[in-house]
Amino acid sequence: MKKKKAYDYARFGYIFSLPFVLAWLIFQLYPILYTLILGFTDLRGAGNSDWASVILWKEPLKNFITVLGNKSFKQAFINTLIIWGCNFVPQILLALLITAWFTNRRSTIKAQGFYKVMFYLPNIITQATVAMLFAQLFMYPKGVINDLLIQLGIFAKPVEMMRNANTTRGVVIFIQTWMWYGYTAIVLISGVLGISPELFEAAEVDGANQWQTFFRVTLPSIKTILLFTLVTSLIGGLNMFDIPKLFQNGGPNNATLTTSLYIYNKAFQGGYLYGEASAASMIMFAIIVLLSSLVFYLLRDKDEVELRKLIKQQEKEYKRKMKMGKI
Amino acid sequence: MSNNSNLQLTVEGREKGKGGVVQKVIIYILCTFLSILSILPFWMMFVNATRSTPQIQQSAVSFIPSTHMFDNIKILSSKNMFKPMVGFFNSFIVAAGATCLAVYFSSLTAYAQVVYEWKLRNAFFSFIMAIMMLPGQLTLIGFLQMCYKFHLTNNLIMLILPSIAAPSMVFFMRQYLQPALPVEIVHSARIDGAREFYIFNKIVLPIMKPAIATQAIFSFVGSWNNLFTPMVLISSTKKYTMPMMVSLLRADIYKTEYGSIYAGLTLTILPLIVVYLLLSKYIVAGVALGSVKG
Repeated sequence: MKKKKAYDYARFGYIFSLPFVLAWLIFQLYPILYTLILGFTDLRGAGNSDWASVILWKEPLKNFITVLGNKSFKQAFINTLIIWGCNFVPQILLALLITAWFTNRRSTIKAQGFYKVMFYLPNIITQATVAMLFAQLFMYPKGVINDLLIQLGIFAKPVEMMRNANTTRGVVIFIQTWMWYGYTAIVLISGVLGISPELFEAAEVDGANQWQTFFRVTLPSIKTILLFTLVTSLIGGLNMFDIPKLFQNGGPNNATLTTSLYIYNKAFQGGYLYGEASAASMIMFAIIVLLSSLVFYLLRDKDEVELRKLIKQQEKEYKRKMKMGKI
Repeated sequence: MSNNSNLQLTVEGREKGKGGVVQKVIIYILCTFLSILSILPFWMMFVNATRSTPQIQQSAVSFIPSTHMFDNIKILSSKNMFKPMVGFFNSFIVAAGATCLAVYFSSLTAYAQVVYEWKLRNAFFSFIMAIMMLPGQLTLIGFLQMCYKFHLTNNLIMLILPSIAAPSMVFFMRQYLQPALPVEIVHSARIDGAREFYIFNKIVLPIMKPAIATQAIFSFVGSWNNLFTPMVLISSTKKYTMPMMVSLLRADIYKTEYGSIYAGLTLTILPLIVVYLLLSKYIVAGVALGSVKG
């Protein structure tokens, strides 16, 4: 009776999942495959959708080879990694510091809610506006930062700071860190609040100090959340577009050119080289999928390996005992 | 030996008592500093939006608002390029449409996961987990080509429809629904003769309200702030969304109108700031919630 009922209703599982599947097939899978195919073509020009006639039959990998050998793509890839790495490290350290402060069981910090709201604020503001705002603040000769540094006596006269590759990159890194540390801190704090209090009590009874508790109890407990943050940040970082585009449009001298900006420029600026841009997209797509699955694999493997070790140990012990018993 | 370590412990304990206050003061100072750092750029923007261009040229740094806000906005609109109302309207349509679709269909998909027992259920869930991390931005050229084929470039609908498939939202909704929905309610509704769609719309959706509210905020903000997709898809200035309008402020005709640029930037984020200050509690709670579940 029960079984029959479940069987009857089962079809609604498919019906209710159908819109999602259809939308995914049309708006996500189809573009993925389409982009992949375009990577093997010589398609150019906006509005041109006739790809079948321009497939590069003779050297199908031409676009991929061109992109991988391209100097500005390499530069863009290195830039993207530098900008992501240099923003992720201070971001996660600052977030961990805030987490340690806000979840300290011995001294509670008041107005945590207010601080969290403040820390998260830059994240919710349109990135395009943030980028334009910072471009305006760092403007030459009459920008806020220039005037401020002159008033403080650090500069004698206005300096065109955005001509310097490292300064510009530094500002982009600062913006990214500034936008994301609050988010990361909130995520980590909620992770720490989810740890069973008994663990901390046990650590206290054992006489662990604050640092020992943080490094031996707190950090290992939020390993999964840290990993999740790492992966999402990495994917976001490898897709970085809005800030470098509207801050200095990849400049100066391609110092803030990211891979997404490279793809955009290839496809929609000047040459309309859809083939090459698609190839570059697919290379980045593969890198992201590879990296994120690698990171997930590493974590899962560790736990499983430990579990397997434990099982083996117990099996050995069991066998040993059996033998002992037999003997 | 044991005496020694005991002594150390007490010394450490005493130091902590004193150090605790100093540590606390340092924490408060640093947190306040970070808070100021969060608002300072926006405050600078707001102040300069109220100052005339000559005032800014004299000194770009000021913390006290002036009275030229409306003059700046007038100059901005006189150039007939940057139209915040158009951007606002388009962004609102896209963000609202995308959010409604994403929230409704994600809930529906999650409901199918939680309530029904079908053969492919677990396989489908693994599939959702797998596609959650796929970077959509990188397949935009294929997406654009598809839109060309169906003559749907310059159409806001193409910014709305893709949100029907939002894997991470389905994941969140499923995690929320699983403990929150007593299956007995569904059973008794069935006995009363309610149809499956009716049960979902009238009984399950209201139960999911808290989760829907949280996800709706993030979906809305994400859609509102999106720059890359509309920039690729839309070329007619009539269909420009807000972030695209912002990029128009880079145009040469505004180059020397410092006050107006700041005013334009202020207009683009004013609605966001107001909404954020009203809903900040829920938004911050939502960020925390999403992380625990995700």
